[in-house]
Amino acid sequence: MNFSISLTVNGVRRDVALDDPRVTLLDLLRERLHLTGTKKGCDRGQCGACTVLVDGRRINSCLALAISHDGADVLTIEGVARGDQLHPVQAAFIAHDGLQCGFCTPGQIMSAIGLISEAQAGDDPERVREGMSGNLCRCGAYAGITGAVLDAQHSLVAANQRRSA
Amino acid sequence: MKTFDYVRPATISDAVAAAAEPGAAYLAAGTNLLDLMKGGISRPDRLVDVTRLPGLDRIEQLPDGGVRIGAMVRNADLAYDALFAKSFPAVAEALLSGASAQLRNAATVGGNLLQRTRCGYFYDVASACNKREPGTGCDARSGENRLHAVLGWSEACIATHPSDFCVPLVALDAVVEIEGKAGRREVALEALHHLPGETPERETVLEPGDLIVAVRLPAEAGAFAGHARYLKLRERTSYAFAVVSAAAALRIEQGTIRQARLALGGVAAKPWRARAAEQILLGASAGPAVFRRAAEAALADAKPSGDNQFKIELARRILVRTLTLAAAGTPKRIAALPASPFAPASGALHHA
Repeated sequence: MNFSISLTVNGVRRDVALDDPRVTLLDLLRERLHLTGTKKGCDRGQCGACTVLVDGRRINSCLALAISHDGADVLTIEGVARGDQLHPVQAAFIAHDGLQCGFCTPGQIMSAIGLISEAQAGDDPERVREGMSGNLCRCGAYAGITGAVLDAQHSLVAANQRRSA
Repeated sequence: MKTFDYVRPATISDAVAAAAEPGAAYLAAGTNLLDLMKGGISRPDRLVDVTRLPGLDRIEQLPDGGVRIGAMVRNADLAYDALFAKSFPAVAEALLSGASAQLRNAATVGGNLLQRTRCGYFYDVASACNKREPGTGCDARSGENRLHAVLGWSEACIATHPSDFCVPLVALDAVVEIEGKAGRREVALEALHHLPGETPERETVLEPGDLIVAVRLPAEAGAFAGHARYLKLRERTSYAFAVVSAAAALRIEQGTIRQARLALGGVAAKPWRARAAEQILLGASAGPAVFRRAAEAALADAKPSGDNQFKIELARRILVRTLTLAAAGTPKRIAALPASPFAPASGALHHA
């Protein structure tokens, strides 16, 4: 069976011919589109390293069948910076030492971007920790991650307020 | 993963026809099914993708005051629907206590009801499991079984149903709408799942091709909004299945309990409604003594299925805690750690 799907990935339309329906969104990004910033950790939906935004919502791309996401708008870590200008969440992770080895970081950052746009956690560290619990960090950089998310949340809310003022 | 055919029907009747064929399975978000397929536990020949079926993604307020939740509504969308969460706060809290934010953004209402047990022996294809391969035995009986069932289990199977969402739903008399080859029918959620008996592979009353299209909560379920809680004890604070959990919903007039709904999670192969315990609460004044008696009644038939005697007392205590918190009143906002027994005292009360 051959299936053709078309996705918007980081703002660019990508048409992909799938020769196998088993391909996950994660494998499609990494193996077919060579966007290897999205990481394969557990491949079972337990670690969050594969987190991307699909139609603006953070999901585990390892548990998403690519073929079922025909037409989706996907944002990966490669698509969040503007040229050399880091996304505020990326900058905050650096400023707060929100990483050590860095393997989980693309997933952490995509999850944080999703969390901030969901607007449920606000500036409560406990709600941030709870909202980020789907992203594991074996290096244990959680304190820096929580600080980075709170800081980025604050700067994004402030930027939005400036824009609407 | 075994390969499969993939079809994406445009109508519910085409989906039912496609899924009625032997070896077919429905695909919604796939957050449980894909994991099972990767491990070789589920080996469908055909996936019938229901994500594009029309009309399944709505939360509808019914004229009689009830609510109808489409089977494709995502867990996060339901939990954060302001009107739904205000009317059915224990259901919203249960949803937010399950899985992770990423999974809640994908996982669906219908999929939650039909998710499979997380018994490690069911997941390990090298182990004997009567549910996965009927007649092979049950390695959980003599294995790591401290988290297994204490109610309704059989020698053939001691697995539990892992859902949080189903626990307050079953307490509130939720009804499941099913489209099948013979048309539409309804089943009480309490009657959807089978206990294992001699046939643990038969998990629900669904027949081949049957598709859950919606879950309905009756108008009466909204009467509990002021005193409804879900509590879930986990081995870590977040992103873990329940060791035991409980939903309690009360209607209290001048300190007297007029109506009570109770259910337990993590204790059996289905969400466990505790009707005998509800009866004990009726007409009583809310307080620790009657809560403890209700908890004793709820677990009266419990027996350990292995190294899990402790879960019986844990379930009694979580019921007492849930009743105590429900009697105190639903918090205005769900705690930072939803359903956690370790959450700090809740703030202002919710007046529905």
